[in-house]
Amino acid sequence: MSITLEHINYTYSEGTAYEKKALKDINLEIPHGQFVGIIGHTGSGKSTLIQHFNGLIKATSGVLKYNGENIYGEQYDLRKLRSQVGLVFQYPEHQLFETDVITDVCFGPKNQGLSPEECKERAREALKLVGFPEELYEVSPFDLSGGQKRRVAIAGVLAMHPQVLVLDEPTAGLDPKGRDEILDQIALLHEKKDMTVILVSHSMEDIAKYVERIIVMNRGEKMYDGTPREVFAHYKELEAVGLAAPQVTYIMNALRENGILVSSEATTVEEAADEILRVVSGEKKEAGSRDGQVRR
Amino acid sequence: MIRDITIGQYYPADSILHRLDPRVKISCTLLYLISLFLFKSVLGYVIAGCFLAGVIWLSKVPVKFIVKGLKPIVMLLMITVIFNLFLTNEGDVLVKVWIFKITEGGLRTAVFMAIRLVFLIAGSTIMTLTTTPNALTDGIEKLLRPLNKIHVPVHEIAMMMSIALRFIPILLEETDKIMKAQIARGADLESGNIIQKAKNMIPILVPLFVSAFRRANDLAMAMEARCYRGGDGRTKMKPLVYHSRDYLSYTVMAAYLVVVVGIGRYVPFHLWIF
Repeated sequence: MSITLEHINYTYSEGTAYEKKALKDINLEIPHGQFVGIIGHTGSGKSTLIQHFNGLIKATSGVLKYNGENIYGEQYDLRKLRSQVGLVFQYPEHQLFETDVITDVCFGPKNQGLSPEECKERAREALKLVGFPEELYEVSPFDLSGGQKRRVAIAGVLAMHPQVLVLDEPTAGLDPKGRDEILDQIALLHEKKDMTVILVSHSMEDIAKYVERIIVMNRGEKMYDGTPREVFAHYKELEAVGLAAPQVTYIMNALRENGILVSSEATTVEEAADEILRVVSGEKKEAGSRDGQVRR
Repeated sequence: MIRDITIGQYYPADSILHRLDPRVKISCTLLYLISLFLFKSVLGYVIAGCFLAGVIWLSKVPVKFIVKGLKPIVMLLMITVIFNLFLTNEGDVLVKVWIFKITEGGLRTAVFMAIRLVFLIAGSTIMTLTTTPNALTDGIEKLLRPLNKIHVPVHEIAMMMSIALRFIPILLEETDKIMKAQIARGADLESGNIIQKAKNMIPILVPLFVSAFRRANDLAMAMEARCYRGGDGRTKMKPLVYHSRDYLSYTVMAAYLVVVVGIGRYVPFHLWIF
């Protein structure tokens, strides 16, 4: 279930005065089961990139392969691709339209041609997955709170049983509790259902906490591609393009600059806590000999 | 897809026509349109054509864009020409096929009518090409101000127009987003008969209406928070003020009108016809 991008270019409004290159020669391979984070400042091409994954946008040039098949081939069934690569847009609650929650979630499965019973079944399962309370299934989606609407919208995509789940800032505008809950559910799905998850986010903390690989986009180009530790080691370069590293990266670097020889690789609070404990509880010698030469 | 549609046909350039006061452009366009019906002689057409060509040249807008503005009326033009050609019965018969005959008068009317229509559309196109929609509403508001006396809510109408214009691109973008989101959920927007197609639009129209109302609500709130209370006593950040170039334009327009009307009246009709 891998997604492969080869030399993908995309230009908006080609041939007019408003022409704008949104993606420049993107090469990527996302293997099955990976949890990938995409970061980049506003207008860096993140949203354009993810809309290529399910064929909503056709690249101006280049090849995109899903499971080794070129999705731009003439015989390729794009509708089938869209049911396998589920895409949750930014503010997905704005796309709700049915009279009650469960019917809205049924929309995707219904378009896949499933029977009404199967649709209901899928919808219930998906709503359960996102932790949506059962007593609200028959309520109009417009009467729900923002966080609940978001869950319903995500369930609407999950009910299609996608193998790849792409989320464009799924936590934008949510309170911290709602944010953690939704991200935890997604992480759980990734683990249990062996789903490939591609997460676009502006929160470096969330990215560092959940993903195993980060792709950094800048001005339509892929800037970095690696594990959170590798990418956040470039925090100065990230800042130069309007991004940042997680808070703990700064704390660890500040500690090092002040002579406490912790490794600055930690990207989550837990890792950082472990590292600081390790250093202050007497393993200074080892850490010192390893990182000493890097000291300012 | 939907992003490619441009609303309003403003062509940005730096020309004297772009800098003119919108009131000048609106009233001169109106006068020009009326002037097209004040003459019957070839000389009149030549002068009106030269005037138009001069304005187009001054505007720095490529002729291509004006031709594009003429496209929608091609059908109308054809019908007008055909009807005038066959139904006018005047002068010598030139061609006769079965019951259809083309007379000299018919040919003349058809050709002149076509030219007149082209001038008409090109004239108004050049105005919309050189004036931003916002300047246009500002101009209309100022021109219609006297109607306030008879309790026409001029300011409110102008405000509604500018809000509507402002929201067109936003709603288009929103439609694009919702369409993509529903297509991502497997919505089928293309196949089926008309009823099926209309039904398929529901998942797009409902969220679009909801969002339009939400935006309207937000905007009303934001306007109220800034103490908006209609046009009474409201001042403008960029008030419309006539400059010398505007007076000059009015003068040129007046001179053109005098010439055209003069030709209609004093140049003997038969002298200039074929």
